[in-house]
Amino acid sequence: MAGRASLIAIALILAALFGVAFANSSSPGDFGITLLSGLFQGMLLFLVASGLSIVFGLMDVLNLAQGSYFMVGAYVAYDAQHAGGVIDLTSVLPDPNLRFIGAVLAAIAVGALLGYLLERGLLRPLYSRPIFQLVLTFGVSLVALELVKFIWTTTPYSWTELFGVRESFFELFGQRFSTYRLFVVGMGIALIVAIGLLLQRSRIGIIIRAGVEDREMVQALGINVRAVFTLVFTLGCAIAAFGGAVAAPFLGASTTLGNIFLLQAIAVVVLGGMGSYSGTAVGSVLVGLAIAVAQDTAIGTAFAALPSITPMLLLVLVLLVRPSGLFGKS
Amino acid sequence: MSSILEVRDIHTFIGQFHILEGVSVSVTTGGITVLLGRNGAGKTTTLRSIIGLTPPARGSIHFDGKPIQGRQSHNIAQLGIGYVPEHRAIFRSLSVRENLQLAERRSGDFARKADFIFDLFPDLKRLIELPGGNLSGGQQQMLAVARALVPENRLLLIDEPSEGLAPVIIEQLIAAIQRLSSQVSVLLVEQNFRVASKLAQSYVIIDEGHSVAAGAMADLVQDKALIQRYLGVA
Repeated sequence: MAGRASLIAIALILAALFGVAFANSSSPGDFGITLLSGLFQGMLLFLVASGLSIVFGLMDVLNLAQGSYFMVGAYVAYDAQHAGGVIDLTSVLPDPNLRFIGAVLAAIAVGALLGYLLERGLLRPLYSRPIFQLVLTFGVSLVALELVKFIWTTTPYSWTELFGVRESFFELFGQRFSTYRLFVVGMGIALIVAIGLLLQRSRIGIIIRAGVEDREMVQALGINVRAVFTLVFTLGCAIAAFGGAVAAPFLGASTTLGNIFLLQAIAVVVLGGMGSYSGTAVGSVLVGLAIAVAQDTAIGTAFAALPSITPMLLLVLVLLVRPSGLFGKS
Repeated sequence: MSSILEVRDIHTFIGQFHILEGVSVSVTTGGITVLLGRNGAGKTTTLRSIIGLTPPARGSIHFDGKPIQGRQSHNIAQLGIGYVPEHRAIFRSLSVRENLQLAERRSGDFARKADFIFDLFPDLKRLIELPGGNLSGGQQQMLAVARALVPENRLLLIDEPSEGLAPVIIEQLIAAIQRLSSQVSVLLVEQNFRVASKLAQSYVIIDEGHSVAAGAMADLVQDKALIQRYLGVA
């Protein structure tokens, strides 16, 4: 659990973010939009960072290809939703709402399959060589990028195929809020709770938490740790691809998605405390909110780069107070 | 008497270091055998070689008549070998209950063994929901032994159980290990000669990576010269 210093740090960051957001807002609705946008970005970040964090904690592998799974998820979902792509679902599922569900499932399946292949095929022989793993996963991210360019060209795609929840709005404090953002935030929170329950309550969760502490002992108890590695890695990649798929209707599909989310997710994981699940969940929300506040602040000023450097600024600030991250063990 | 474990002339390397240069150990079914020797002699590496964490490069290990060297650690454990390492390796963030549940090989193992375990270590019942990291050294040692008793193990490898514990706790552990040895065979590493001589029926002395002497504990206790030569205690 986080110590008192961490809880104070979290409270101070939240207070500062809310303060700036409030100062920037002209109305409560404005403030609400910044908040929802922050939570939306935080949840997308969580979907990349959770896999990164659990895999790092359990396997000591920093998967630099994690962002690529997010990007691939976005492309697969885009492709499946729109007519004329590689996976054309328009004739099988003419209803765009159902097709979106199909597109998300397709992205999860592709993410899981590619994750499984990476772990079993390439990563497994390199568990005793940490530097090689970094080079390998970085190399895989480059290959993934080139493959995406080859299959879908370099032109970014904007989402054009409309479906119910994507288009609807609701009104609060005289402002129109996108239902889709709320839907993604809801999904994200549900997933945070579901993964948390899996880690706390299930046997596989106990094995993962024990493995984070001492893999060798878990093995000596008769548990096949390698099989658990494969499962966790595959799940992590599937979740990242799911993130890309639900982000695509808003952000579209582009080749830069992978790197942007990877860098921000690494900031989240370090800020939260390497290998700590709660840290990753809290870190995602803080970084997401900080980016939204920075985007709001940067509008109409010369600091256009503010949102993109905000995660790192926040990270530096936290590490100055807590060198092992908010929930990390000192 | 039949032996449950036969280690024959194993050689184990850690990195480039040749740690075990010919160790043979036999553990009688239903008995306690102790590995004796000075610090750094290779006792811990012998246990780790048996459980497969530092697999031997040469030699043979038979458990229940079947060769097990070269198998992966989890496969060896599943055959019915429990490992209680030096420094206990309790999972600190897991509760006592979770530490015990983790050791299950079949669903319900812990429930089946709970009475036996709590009878042996009554303290654990009271501490069941506490994180392993909050336990005292003695309580952690009891948990480590209890964990090895959850599945149907037929052999326990116990490394230095008395290390760093208060005398009163050591007495409790000795009593517990004596009681559990009626159900499982034990290969014990123990620096404390008094503890070793109370518990074990047979011994193997390891010196600089070689097994140099073996026999009945009752004979070793009489052999002051052998004790002085290899263990430095009189």
